[in-house]
Amino acid sequence: MLADLIKYQFLQNAFIAGLLASVLAGIIGFIIVEKKMIMMSGGIAHASYGGVGLGYLIGIEPLYGALGFSLLSAVSVGLIKRKGGTDSDIIIGLFWSLGMALGVIFISLMPGYPPNLNSYLFGNILAVTRADLMMMLIVAVVVSLVFFALFNNWKAYLFDDEFSGIRGSGVVLLEYLLLIMTALTVVVLIRIVGIVLALAILIAPAATSKLLFKKMSKRVMMSVIFGVIFIFSGIWLSYTLNTAAGAMIILVAVICYMATYILTSIKLRKKQGNGH
Amino acid sequence: MNALEIKDLDVYYGQLQAIEKVNLIVRERDFLAIMGPNGGGKSTLLKAILGLVPIENGEIKILGGNNKKNRHLIGYVPQFSSVDKNFPITVIEVVLLGALNKGLSFFHKFTEEQRGKARELLEKVGLDKLANRSISQLSGGEFQKMLIARALMTEPKLLILDEPTASVDAKASQDIYNLLGALNKKITIIMVTHNVMAISSYVKGLACLNVGLVYHGDPEISEEVVNSLFGCPVELVAHGVPHRVLKEHEGDNNVSGLN
Repeated sequence: MLADLIKYQFLQNAFIAGLLASVLAGIIGFIIVEKKMIMMSGGIAHASYGGVGLGYLIGIEPLYGALGFSLLSAVSVGLIKRKGGTDSDIIIGLFWSLGMALGVIFISLMPGYPPNLNSYLFGNILAVTRADLMMMLIVAVVVSLVFFALFNNWKAYLFDDEFSGIRGSGVVLLEYLLLIMTALTVVVLIRIVGIVLALAILIAPAATSKLLFKKMSKRVMMSVIFGVIFIFSGIWLSYTLNTAAGAMIILVAVICYMATYILTSIKLRKKQGNGH
Repeated sequence: MNALEIKDLDVYYGQLQAIEKVNLIVRERDFLAIMGPNGGGKSTLLKAILGLVPIENGEIKILGGNNKKNRHLIGYVPQFSSVDKNFPITVIEVVLLGALNKGLSFFHKFTEEQRGKARELLEKVGLDKLANRSISQLSGGEFQKMLIARALMTEPKLLILDEPTASVDAKASQDIYNLLGALNKKITIIMVTHNVMAISSYVKGLACLNVGLVYHGDPEISEEVVNSLFGCPVELVAHGVPHRVLKEHEGDNNVSGLN
């Protein structure tokens, strides 16, 4: 595979895309796992399907449509949650299905044969272009900068947002920043693993890191490293076994998380057993 | 100047009235315990004071100013159960968060002075040896003391605590009360509890809340007041001594805090 990596640009693109996606999934995954916002991220990812469909219908890059829809759903969820009128779980569930439904409707309104949407639903890291890489790079730089520049604010918000709110430490702004960064990350991950599988690559590295590390900075760093390991192992396996890369990445990520969970549980039980 | 003034306060959750026509004045350096049954509106009243829930009618003033405008003067200690005890953070890091500036702070670093103050506060609450421990390793009492130290880091004029002795053993409860008693020499304290046992000798005033304010005055309350507050007969033994429900309240067999 190494010789092919030097020879083929699509493999080089996949390699760089994997690195950038790992950084994004590591940072945003850490926040959403700690803040228990996993279903909200799933809702934002699935709502973006409506944008893919609209992109095809009006003839713009479907990923831009996905970006618009995921941003719109993220900000709407934030607004509704803040107003407190309706349970945010209900809104997330509805947006989840509404986005998918709109995508199907927009595609069915297209004249002629419908396009193949598999690469948006299940990703295709081997089809990443230089333009995609540029978009991923910009998103990765912006998200990393916002996270590290406001590290203490994020720490305060994640630990106890009520206290931070009373202190006036920009909780509302952080909440919207998080929603926007999640929407941007989801769009990047659509290229790698697709809308349907994005949630697992967003949470598996962070959740694995959470099982093993007790320090925030270490947890974020290891979350990024686990992302790199899962994505590259998935690509290598898919290349070797000639299977879909996105699905293989998710398979590796879930197996690694489950194995870590089982091993840490056994270790904890042994420790508790020794304590008695 | 009064530390807290509440006038004709009404708070609703949808159709449900959580607080009805509450009037309350807390003077500076007072130590007020707010007591009442579950669902009696204690936590809602705290949230209203902190500006976290919208108020339907009435007015809340903190040290003479609007509560939302002046809430930076409050040191808030939330309920033990409302904070993630497994968050990856050390004890001293939590305390330092109390010194975070208003608004967003880009590339923020805590100063040596702030670190020194955090260490001093940890010493004051008796956690100086645990400063670099992960919070997941703390006991209930230690966790509460850490949250008190974080609140003190904000240099509050008014300390508000929500159930500070819930999930804490008797010895740790007494430690917390001793600490609050010492702090009360300089700071006004308002504490919410659903536990009659929690009323310690440091408490100077008692407010009994069951949607409306049933009683506000001396902490030595009569049996009649407690009975009317909980809606069932309660044995009132003595100040700071366990009390016992004598008969279960009809339709409610869970009058927590009384045993």
